[in-house]
Amino acid sequence: MTATLAPDISTDDSTDRGGSEPSRRAGRRATLGGFASSTFLWLYAAISIAPLLLMLSNSLRTTQDMARQPLGLPLPPNFTSYGKAWITASFDTYFVNSIFVTVASVLLSTAVSLLAAYAFARTKSKLFATLEGVFLSGLMLPVYLAILPLFFMLDAAGMISNLWGLILVYGALGIPFSTFVLASFFRQLPIELDEAARLDGAGPFATFWRVHLPLVRPAIATVIVFRFVPVWNDFFYPLILIRDQSSYTLPVGITRFFGEYQTDWATLFAGLTLATIPLVVLFLLATKQIVSGLTAGMSK
Amino acid sequence: MSAITTPRARRGTARSGITLSRRAGMVFVLPALVLFSIFIAYPLLTALSYSFFDWTGIVRGGFVGLENYVTLFTQLPYRDDLPNAFVHNLLLFVGAMVFQNTIGLGLATLLHRIRRFKRFFQTMYTLPYLVSPLVIGYLWSLMLSPLFGPVNAVLRAIGLGELAQPWLGNPQTAIWVVVVVTAWQWIGFPVLLYGAALGGIPEEIDEAASIDGATAWQRFRAITLPMLLPAIGTVSVLTFIGAMEAFPIPYALGGSQGNPAGATDVMSLLFYRTAFESGSSNAIGTSSAIATLLFLFIFGFSMLITWYMRRAERKLF
Repeated sequence: MTATLAPDISTDDSTDRGGSEPSRRAGRRATLGGFASSTFLWLYAAISIAPLLLMLSNSLRTTQDMARQPLGLPLPPNFTSYGKAWITASFDTYFVNSIFVTVASVLLSTAVSLLAAYAFARTKSKLFATLEGVFLSGLMLPVYLAILPLFFMLDAAGMISNLWGLILVYGALGIPFSTFVLASFFRQLPIELDEAARLDGAGPFATFWRVHLPLVRPAIATVIVFRFVPVWNDFFYPLILIRDQSSYTLPVGITRFFGEYQTDWATLFAGLTLATIPLVVLFLLATKQIVSGLTAGMSK
Repeated sequence: MSAITTPRARRGTARSGITLSRRAGMVFVLPALVLFSIFIAYPLLTALSYSFFDWTGIVRGGFVGLENYVTLFTQLPYRDDLPNAFVHNLLLFVGAMVFQNTIGLGLATLLHRIRRFKRFFQTMYTLPYLVSPLVIGYLWSLMLSPLFGPVNAVLRAIGLGELAQPWLGNPQTAIWVVVVVTAWQWIGFPVLLYGAALGGIPEEIDEAASIDGATAWQRFRAITLPMLLPAIGTVSVLTFIGAMEAFPIPYALGGSQGNPAGATDVMSLLFYRTAFESGSSNAIGTSSAIATLLFLFIFGFSMLITWYMRRAERKLF
């Protein structure tokens, strides 16, 4: 697994470390300390990952088996609860809805943020600086508290339980982070690029589309991957804005499912695993983008 | 990544003739501006105004000034629920801060020194942070189940059977479950952020201090910790915001009522319950007052933490 993660998860310290202790005494102390610290690292790795492994393992066992033996292993693995969660408990619907909402809203927020970020990076008037500040304030403000007016607005537009309503809301919610990351990327592109494009007769949009866009691809990847996570996981907005069960996304679907299948442990574990798999896959495929998204807040 | 974390100044954009004209710039900003205004700015400003009116269902009545706020502090159940929920949010913040700045910082420091398995460990520590908090909450509710939950089974297996108990059924332990589960989920973020910050500290400083005879602890206190302050500031602000906004984990562990007996209630649950489940005719007025108070508290306090951290940084350098 480490091999797949190899493209640097942490560009933080590429410098070579360790193994240059000044004296033998310090060396022995370092070995003892090294043993203690690697014990701590492995122990915490176990604490961190055990619940998730348990979720996976229990999803492959039957409920009777779990009741008899809470700590058993899934031998032989039993996949029936996945079928049950997928079909009987409507996870197929929730899953498709979640994918649709997540993909559409991430594309929407990335597209509008790209345009806006380009403008912020290539203008110098006070107006644009103010607008950028307003967008960035969305990173800190608890905007979810505005749910009541949002609910009334969507209700008046007949968009309650409509996935497009949710997509527009998430699209807007993605703007602060996406603009922040993309604008700082655009700012690093040398102005000579614009000059050259201008001399070749390209207008502002052509310059943006043909010259800048290909160059900010890494930042676009970061924004897309990193916005995927909170949108996929969000529970608050669909809980309030989606009333119709056929439009539920996974998190709301799960709450309903927990009410109905309370005693069917195997199916519950299978459902939780199904909701988690896409994220784990995304994380393992795009570790670099996730990590850079997480540490993007570092810059001031 | 370093490209993102260290944006250079807008060199060059000052040269005239190349920057976008105001009109072209507006065209570029417009789609985002429209989306942001309709779905964030307008609802936010409106939401704050809601709390100053009397509501009957969804019909807005007259302007009542601060009456909804007076209701919050004088009438039941709000008079009791509000401080109860608020204290739980503070516990979440303090608990997560302690966890992140001891274990989290410790893990980041240790990871910084090793090369083998480093990425593996980072991945392990970060995974829970990316999983849906609702899934995390439900997962722990199953694990802590009194009958055949694996946590009690482990305790019995290692001879600590007397510690086995209905963790979420007992008001004394339920809130601590919420705090520990939340802190456990969040730890990946400080590990990564502190890791990145540690990577930014030039090794020469540490080496020089080491040659001058500074002990490991002295070096940590005098070099590492001050250099980490900006990262600690970022973690503090984001942890504060996250703790005040906590919703899915308490919802999964205690339901919208904050069971048992309000032991796991938090501000967002109180807001949600008041707005959508209370059945009171002035639900909108009262819940908007809760939202406004929470909004001002989160906004004000994050500004305060940011300001304090900036001042601390200035003092150091």
